[in-house]
Amino acid sequence: MIPLNHYLILGAILFALSVVGIFLNRKNIVIILMAIELLLLAVNMNFVAFSHYLGDTAGQVFVFFILTVAAAEAAIGLAILIVVFRNRRSINVEDLDTLKG
Amino acid sequence: MKGIYLAIPLIPLAAAVIAGIFGKAIGRTGAHTVTILGVAASFVLSCMVYADVREGLYFNGDVYTWGISGDWKFSVGFLIDSLSSMMMVVVTFVSLMVHIYTIGYMHEDPGYQRFFSYISLFTFAMLMLVMSNNFMQLFFGWEAVGVVSYLLIGFWFKKPTAIFANMKAFLVNRVGDFGFLLGIAGVIYIFGSLDYAEVFKAAPGKADMTAEWAWDAKWMTVIALLLFVGAMGKSAQVPLHVWLPDSMEGPTPISALIHAATMVTAGIFMVARMSPIFELSETALSVVMVIGAITALFMGLIGLVQNDIKRVVAYSTLSQLGYMTVALGASAYAAGVFHLFTHAFFKALLFLGAGSVIIAMHHEQDMRKMGGLRALMPVTYITGLIGSLALAGIPPFAGFFSKDAIIEAVHHSELAGSGFAYFCVLAGVVITAFYSFRLLFMTFHGRNRADEHTRSHLHESPLVVTIPLILLAIPSVVVGFMYFEPMLFGDYFKDAIHVLPEHDTLSRFGEIYGGATGTELIWKAITHGFVALPLYLALLGIFLAWLFYIKKPELPGKVSKMFGPVQSILEKKYGFDEFNQAVFAGGAVGLGKLLWSKFDAGLIDGVLVNGTAKSVGWISSIVRNVQSGYVYQYAFAMIIGLVALMSWMLFRT
Amino acid sequence: MTFTQLSFYLFSAVLVFSAAMVITIKNPVKAALFLVLAFVNAAFVWMTLEAEFLAIVLILVYVGAVMVLFLFVVMMLDINLDRMREGFTRYLPIGGVIAVIMLAEMIWVLQKGSFSLANMPRPEPKPDGYSNTKELGQVLYTEYVYPFEIAAIILLVAIIAAIALTLRRRPGVRRQEPSAQVAVQAEDRLRVVSMKSEQPKRGDDK
Repeated sequence: MIPLNHYLILGAILFALSVVGIFLNRKNIVIILMAIELLLLAVNMNFVAFSHYLGDTAGQVFVFFILTVAAAEAAIGLAILIVVFRNRRSINVEDLDTLKG
Repeated sequence: MKGIYLAIPLIPLAAAVIAGIFGKAIGRTGAHTVTILGVAASFVLSCMVYADVREGLYFNGDVYTWGISGDWKFSVGFLIDSLSSMMMVVVTFVSLMVHIYTIGYMHEDPGYQRFFSYISLFTFAMLMLVMSNNFMQLFFGWEAVGVVSYLLIGFWFKKPTAIFANMKAFLVNRVGDFGFLLGIAGVIYIFGSLDYAEVFKAAPGKADMTAEWAWDAKWMTVIALLLFVGAMGKSAQVPLHVWLPDSMEGPTPISALIHAATMVTAGIFMVARMSPIFELSETALSVVMVIGAITALFMGLIGLVQNDIKRVVAYSTLSQLGYMTVALGASAYAAGVFHLFTHAFFKALLFLGAGSVIIAMHHEQDMRKMGGLRALMPVTYITGLIGSLALAGIPPFAGFFSKDAIIEAVHHSELAGSGFAYFCVLAGVVITAFYSFRLLFMTFHGRNRADEHTRSHLHESPLVVTIPLILLAIPSVVVGFMYFEPMLFGDYFKDAIHVLPEHDTLSRFGEIYGGATGTELIWKAITHGFVALPLYLALLGIFLAWLFYIKKPELPGKVSKMFGPVQSILEKKYGFDEFNQAVFAGGAVGLGKLLWSKFDAGLIDGVLVNGTAKSVGWISSIVRNVQSGYVYQYAFAMIIGLVALMSWMLFRT
Repeated sequence: MTFTQLSFYLFSAVLVFSAAMVITIKNPVKAALFLVLAFVNAAFVWMTLEAEFLAIVLILVYVGAVMVLFLFVVMMLDINLDRMREGFTRYLPIGGVIAVIMLAEMIWVLQKGSFSLANMPRPEPKPDGYSNTKELGQVLYTEYVYPFEIAAIILLVAIIAAIALTLRRRPGVRRQEPSAQVAVQAEDRLRVVSMKSEQPKRGDDK
């Protein structure tokens, strides 16, 4: 039988990989967005696993909502990306330093 | 009776207000009429009060409570006794004379009404000072006369030297007043009261209290010395004397009224008033005596080399104030006050006489340009001669009696420094006689050295000038023998001045007269004068003056060549002015510059103000690197923070 | 090793591998495709947890919609890949250290035994005829009906926001304005001018 912690460790590995992904692809917003999707997936993995082992459907309901928000986030993120690209002809993060003031 | 006491100072105040504020409306005549009437009324009332006091009146009461703070009460009140009533008469009389004289002296001046307002205001302040029954009001009067003195020294405010002089007078007096204020603070600390009567009653009981912070000195010594610092400022004792000669920048009537006859004697009056405190400290008395002796001799020496007629009289005033102070130090308060009394008349006389000469000379004050005025100005000459004889101490003029009493009292004193003081006062007699007759000879005798234009206009001064001279000349002759017995040996001051038996130098002096009274005493005193040293010293001084300035006018030049260094020291007035200018004024400027450059510009501006901005800028220049503008770096920061927080939560136990 | 176990470890391995490929591969298109693979495998892993509905939703929503969106964007934009790859490994050390610390700590905590089979046994498989979708639907539309409504609104906002952000009006391009066409009035188009009728001048006949 598969113990709970194996699922949780799988989630942790996914999480850590996403973090490394953000560090590695710091210039590419598209990949960063993908890494964020992976991050959310890792969290969802934990929710689903706990939901199953505790016999509580609330965890799955939460995953449902997270998926909703993640989809919305992806849609808006990509829309912003397109606007940025249209204005600057680039999605290189190094070019986006207007926050520096 | 209270009504009269109140009226005496308030009438001159009202007159001052009217002349000062409504001066334009009432015109010149109106201004001098109202102020002269005010002071005259004050004088008449003072004489009435004086007569009552001679009948045995003694009044001590408050008229108004100024404020109450905790257990301390500040009130306005009057203490009418022999001392204050005498001072009231002197002040109002001299003031009246000066008022009248001013009509002639200032008649061309545009500030005529202002001047009358000031001198009336001065009369008010001085009366408040002498009539006071508590330290607070004494201090009020003390400062008020200081303010008026300041205003009057700088009366000709377009004259830079006058402005410098009044600033100097004010600043030097501040030093004295600071001591005085500390003395008053000491009184309130020790006695818990500012009322004279209470303080003096409690004083003997506190005689042995010591102040730990002052190396276990007696509290009475501390208080007496601090109060005396105030007296040193007001009565121009060394080293706080420097303002008085310069105060001669003011109009001559002011020199007579404030800087010779009345205000400068406030210090003497105050010490005499505080006799119950000073008696308890022999240290303080010794200091008073030595300071007075130094002033008496060394200021007189400066008078020898002055050529400005007013300055000679000014240095003579300093010297005579020194005499009074010596008398106080020798516990001969009555002698000091007696000398104050006689001096007020003959010094006012001399000043007004000098002023009369100055009017005639068209405001020329250099004696080297005068001479031979005797025939042209007989009244001024004769009154001036009387004043000089009184000042030199020739019997039977007023100065003889008072000065002789002081010298004898010092002779009998057993305090530390009395030997030195005795030498100083004896030497001072020669000097006094010399410079006063030098003035007389240079001004009225010999060849007229004035220029042609001035000489053609020389004539006797108008009546408003000569009448005060005559009126002042009379007391300069008579008050000496009139008051010699009652003031010095009678029980005249018994209610005002307290002398411990072991300090009672005056009664020891009186023993030589063998209990004589009335006319017999006067004769004995005069004959004693003829067998004692001071009179011959005075005559020696007069003879020397005659020799130098009448007989052999070339002699002074030779002598000054022989004693070149001494002469230059005297002409520099021992360098007090230079010292003050360099050390205190320069020190203050230097300190100010140091504070400005180091503290203000350096610390406040450099470190605190600009430094804050700079350090903020410096820190920001480092911190700004954190704000790269790259979102991913912010995200990294979040992640690293998250890991750190997670680690901390894991390993904190 | 049962089939469940086998499939879990197999799909987990593929999931981790494809996740690693997502973050390291050079081409964003391929990264997106590996992301699809990762999500599909995650759906399979969720199947082993008896979360069939969510597994299907994951595939439908992510693989079908979100990933298409990603691919669409990646392909539409003209991205200079070479500049993107500059300094790729510059932050690898710090990122790696952070990730390793994080992972080590999490595994250390998880392996302590709180989540072992002894403490938390795997529940018995659900009986035949059990519907995960039905059970989820029952709580979603009763207990969580308000959060569900809010989620719907969030999605609606996201749609509008995405459109509003990307919508642009290019200058110089002719296009219709239906609202203006509908709102137009007769007076705007036609002006009736009243004037006197003109008389022919006499000399004109010549």
